[in-house]
Amino acid sequence: MRITSEQSYAIEQIVNKYRNLSGAAIPILQEIQNQLGYVSPQFIEKVAELTEIPASELYGIVTFYTQFRLEPIGENHIQICHGTACHLAGANAVIEAFESSTGAKCGSTSKDGKFTLDKVACMGCCSLAPVVGVNGKIHGRMTAEKAQKLARELKGGDSRGR
Amino acid sequence: MADRRFTIKVGLASCGIAAGAQQVYDEFANQLSKAELNADLILTGCLGMCYCEPLVEVSTDGHERYLYGNVGPGDVDRIISQHLAGGEPVRDLLVYAPGLDPEMDLYFAKQVRIALKNCGVINPEDIASYLKAGGYQGLRKALEIGPEAVIEEIKASGLRGRGGAGFPTWLKWSLTRQASGDVKYVICNADEGDPGAFMDRSILESDPHSVIEGMLIAAYAIGAGKGYIYCRAEYPLAIKRLRLAIGQAEACGFLGGNIQGSGFDFSLEIREGAGAFVCGEETALIMSMEGKRGMPRFRPPYPSEKGLFGAPTSINNVETYANVPRILQGGAEAYSKYGTEKSKGTKVFALAGKVKRGGLVEIPMGMTIDEIVFDIGGGISTGKAFKAIQTGGPSGGCIPASLGGTPVDYESLGRIGAIMGSGGLLVMDEDTCMVDVAKYFLTFARGESCGKCTFCRVGSEKMLEILERITSGKGTSEDLSLIKNLGEAVKSGSMCGLGQTMPNPVLTTLQYFAEEYQAHIDEAYCPARQCKALISYHIDPDRCRGCGLCAKVCAVGAISGELRKPYTIDSEVCVRCGLCAAACRFDAIDVVSRPKSAEANLGVAQ
Repeated sequence: MRITSEQSYAIEQIVNKYRNLSGAAIPILQEIQNQLGYVSPQFIEKVAELTEIPASELYGIVTFYTQFRLEPIGENHIQICHGTACHLAGANAVIEAFESSTGAKCGSTSKDGKFTLDKVACMGCCSLAPVVGVNGKIHGRMTAEKAQKLARELKGGDSRGR
Repeated sequence: MADRRFTIKVGLASCGIAAGAQQVYDEFANQLSKAELNADLILTGCLGMCYCEPLVEVSTDGHERYLYGNVGPGDVDRIISQHLAGGEPVRDLLVYAPGLDPEMDLYFAKQVRIALKNCGVINPEDIASYLKAGGYQGLRKALEIGPEAVIEEIKASGLRGRGGAGFPTWLKWSLTRQASGDVKYVICNADEGDPGAFMDRSILESDPHSVIEGMLIAAYAIGAGKGYIYCRAEYPLAIKRLRLAIGQAEACGFLGGNIQGSGFDFSLEIREGAGAFVCGEETALIMSMEGKRGMPRFRPPYPSEKGLFGAPTSINNVETYANVPRILQGGAEAYSKYGTEKSKGTKVFALAGKVKRGGLVEIPMGMTIDEIVFDIGGGISTGKAFKAIQTGGPSGGCIPASLGGTPVDYESLGRIGAIMGSGGLLVMDEDTCMVDVAKYFLTFARGESCGKCTFCRVGSEKMLEILERITSGKGTSEDLSLIKNLGEAVKSGSMCGLGQTMPNPVLTTLQYFAEEYQAHIDEAYCPARQCKALISYHIDPDRCRGCGLCAKVCAVGAISGELRKPYTIDSEVCVRCGLCAAACRFDAIDVVSRPKSAEANLGVAQ
């Protein structure tokens, strides 16, 4: 995947913004992901060129922290909470229901590009366990059945969830 | 009624919003704009009663509190017309009113709110609301008495680190103050990573100025001119409200140069974490702030001597900071009168799991586990027996119900193999498999190991392999002694808190629930019916109506049958996902785990 001139320009702007910040590598990469959706190896090369931080070091950061993704995200981002309360309340069944109904495995994107599934540690809404974040909106008291239904609805084209 | 002034507060912290509180707030705003009523609508933070979100509090002229729970936008009309206009509270929605329910009176009476004093009371997005509640008075006091006296006051209060380790706060400050260097830093550790813990998130979302004020007082005592809040990126609302609060504090002269004319300068910046549990460890946090992989380093030197960018740094947790202004304002004695001899004051807990009234509670130290679970939490939500409580997340221990009389303080919890931790309290009932819980925590901790120490990196992997064997019915008795030895080795062979505490859930479940491990090993039997390899699903032909729903939802085609006749599950094909049992309208699908010996006696059933 080649880097487009728009992407290149955005990265330059971000690096400039953090020019005077000490320890800026992480905020730079975070903002790139916020704006461009992911941090590809090509983006890393570009940042390395501009900041003189070795690409190996940047790559080390991106792979160390779970927040960063090296590939673009699917149309729908489903974050399934697997905190302790959610685990006790049956998060595994919810995970399996999403995996079987979207065709994506946790941590990856489905072949049709419709879904990215992620298992997250804790969203801090334990009293609503099990909890799922769909495109940033939190759904509480999930069940395997609700998960199937949600996936069906999202497949139908309503990318905002409900 | 027109002469009475009503205040309506809607709890808009993350869990409230997740439950739909924003729609409720908007509906109130919409309807109140049309009604001719003397009422103020206020956005507030977490009221603590997450179990019945969205929450709405109606008070009259500042007193007579009525709390409505599970409020939907459709209920707003009734609350306005019946309660506000008609003067008659809406009974069926009430969760608390003075004298309504002795259980709820106990729920509030048992708690002491110091760190959470303003949570669910003030508007977190408005500094005026904080100032009205006595905000920045602690700072004022600090500036009056001087840095040394501030440290003395904190020492007298007995405040210890609320992040879990319990290091005396005054000592950390004092060491950083004494360390040589012109540049010093204070950091707020808001990288709340324990799954099942949301104390810090709630405080930041509900009362951000308290944390800022606490940091200001710490910086003043230490002689630091710059502070950082290292907050989980998974907490967008907390970050948003913190940014807002910092801007307002700057505008009001509480942050910046020459604060309140005192000559003290302090600025504050937020850094977002990038999702690494180990960054809750202070040296890893510093590495992350310096823009590196968050890997812990050896101590000494401690951060108080050599911290961020090599400068003396004091790192405290969110809840610790939130307590500081209260101590300065109310005096050390008012704080230290709560608690036990060595654990003073209060502790905030995130009560979750199979408990009726889950949410955020603040209790005086020394209260027993039973009091928290039953008097405050209302007991077990499922109606089943209380089995265990887990403190301290992946670093903590599982405490059996039989030790429910244990007082909650740093020392007592340490003695029974658990830790205070940052404040997660997970309640488990008899449907919880303790081997599965140990495996859950270990899986989490293994994934978060930074990989630096061999024992943590490889030891966790090997411990997990053993647990996998046990939960799939392939364990041996030697596995038990092996995993225990390995656990002890990982504890002593790891450099940072993550590795040193990671075996705790395994070791405490081994200690208190040995018979459950034994059942998995000797009998290939999971008493709580959770371990997939040891359970099977069966349709009871008497209860099954033959509706076929289960066969429809089954993703692997394991269920077959004819309409209006009992269906059957092919155990060979079934992946034990539980979809069918969840879907069945007639409760006709049973989860079964049978001890080997029982099967031998029965002949093979089914």
